[in-house]
Amino acid sequence: MNIRELQDKANLIREDIIKMLVAAGSGHSAGPLGMADIFTALYFGGVLEYRADEPWWRERDRLVLSAGHIVPVLYPVLAHAGFFPIEEIYTLRKINSRLQGHPHAKSVPGIENTSGPLGQGTSVAVGMALALKMDFKAGRLPRLPRVICVDSDGEMQEGQTWESFMFAAKNHLDNLTYVIDRNHIQIDGYTEEIMPLEPLVEKLESFGLQVFEVDGHNMQAILDAFNHDASVHRKPVAIVANTTPGKGVKYMENKYEWHGKPPSEPGEAVEALTDIHALRTLGGKIVSEHE
Amino acid sequence: MQLAKDIFSDKVEKVAPRDGYGKGLVAAGRKNENVVVLCCDLTESTRSQWFKEAFPDRFIEVGVAEQNMAGMAVGMALSGKIPFCSSYAVFNPGRNWDQIRVSVCYTNANVKIAGAHAGISVGPDGATHQALEDIAITRVLPNMTVVVPCDSIEAEKATVALAVHDGPAYIRFGREKLPVITTKKTPFELGRAEVFREGKGVTIVACGAMVYEALIAAQEVDGEVINCHTIKPLDVEAMVASAKKTGRVVTAEEHQVNGGLGGAVAEALTDAGVAVPIKRVGMQDSFGESGDPEELLKKYKMKAENIVEAVRNFSVGRGILDLVGKMPKITIPKGKTVDDLIHEATGEIAVRRNVGKNIPGMKPGR
Repeated sequence: MNIRELQDKANLIREDIIKMLVAAGSGHSAGPLGMADIFTALYFGGVLEYRADEPWWRERDRLVLSAGHIVPVLYPVLAHAGFFPIEEIYTLRKINSRLQGHPHAKSVPGIENTSGPLGQGTSVAVGMALALKMDFKAGRLPRLPRVICVDSDGEMQEGQTWESFMFAAKNHLDNLTYVIDRNHIQIDGYTEEIMPLEPLVEKLESFGLQVFEVDGHNMQAILDAFNHDASVHRKPVAIVANTTPGKGVKYMENKYEWHGKPPSEPGEAVEALTDIHALRTLGGKIVSEHE
Repeated sequence: MQLAKDIFSDKVEKVAPRDGYGKGLVAAGRKNENVVVLCCDLTESTRSQWFKEAFPDRFIEVGVAEQNMAGMAVGMALSGKIPFCSSYAVFNPGRNWDQIRVSVCYTNANVKIAGAHAGISVGPDGATHQALEDIAITRVLPNMTVVVPCDSIEAEKATVALAVHDGPAYIRFGREKLPVITTKKTPFELGRAEVFREGKGVTIVACGAMVYEALIAAQEVDGEVINCHTIKPLDVEAMVASAKKTGRVVTAEEHQVNGGLGGAVAEALTDAGVAVPIKRVGMQDSFGESGDPEELLKKYKMKAENIVEAVRNFSVGRGILDLVGKMPKITIPKGKTVDDLIHEATGEIAVRRNVGKNIPGMKPGR
């Protein structure tokens, strides 16, 4: 897919996010909308190696979602990538569904880990990166799979996250990339008011990570960050992605109140879909920041 | 049951069960190259050192970060490894219970948690380091297997067995040397309790260091001693069979009686409808303190003599009612009470505290 096609795909994912959240009646809106571009780049921009028809292929790259609450972005992406039927997204959070409110490892093809309590995926990702490296070194894997771990910025307030960073840096896990969704909001308010994270980049660097800061809505910049060959640094990578929470839905953008709830009134849902639809139909005319 | 000889003599061999864990790790590592060991800055004292020396490339030092260790182990298990996580029981599963609940057990990942230095017998370090709740907090988790070996040989067998068993497991052992009461030939199977001594007076269900104490106590009270090394899944059949035979049960563990082995046995017998009186020897809902291990075990009543005392203190005789499908119809004649009936049936006088006030036909105890 070219950049324009990827942008359009991301907005299609945004539509699905709104529709599935409205159907579910609960769930997180802002984070999933803000991360739609990055997940689109990962699955449709050639970043991750995967086989939807052989989801547990041993050599696959692993996407570990540590910020489990933004799983409404991952489900439609996996469905569009062919892991399961797209209609299933409307079962999110409902009884007898495979799509749990927070990810449950292997509940559906493509879900690699269980998360929700923040910080846990960061360690799971480290364990995967280490085990895969051990097997690659021992000649048991023909290629070294990448592990990409998606975190929220509020998650940086959990101590376990930093435990995992220390281990990854000490052990030169250069097949591991953390993506930190820097959208500045958490449930109770703005991160810098609740528990300041800045200077975040410097903190991550001081823990031994190779840090890149990108505009999380600039498709080309996202791809460039992921495609950077980290092995030259012999360090794990952290991509701090500056995103707009609620991206695409005007009344949600940058409002922490939309962290943890879906559009509830019919008017809200229609307005959200109208906003995103406008983005999509104008897709051919909008020139991206990069171009 | 094939046990070691002369276990009650002064010359009985004593070995710390953690030595068995260390040996078991090496044996499991030899059998399967996917076995890896993670440790949090306690390599020597958990005996993970022996695995580290045998397989340096498969030993992972995590530093003082038990939460990261549990999560990492899940990532490794999901990539085909069989990780054993070693630390002290107060930290592992104490410090990282949330990670064990969500990442290990809910995922049903093939991760083994080893809690060393468990129980009050860790001694002088004091209550912060005396894990007395770890069985309860692991036993309650779905998908989890919980094993408490009674000596070093059993610890070795359990470790090897857990490496083969596919699924989350917790193995717990203390620091102190314990009499070696089993031999290589003593049967061991996960989930199967073994009768170590037959008796008719009382069933004594014990785990860990308390199995030896139970064997000592049994001699005085004609006890039937069950070594319940696997607390989950519990061998309910063995408990029910022995409880029906002896009519009363004492449990013994170096752990809180609430939620531990005692809780598990009481729940199982209740569910099975086997109404027998039960007494639970162990920590009685309190924290420990610093002290010499032997002094502490005496003060907090976790010795053979306390098991004997528990047996002698049974107040309501033997329970013999198998309630499942056989509930006898009891009509209380006018002018008599339930206590009178028990007295007539067993010759014993029921002592009931704070009960009976609201039950028709029953009067408060004497």
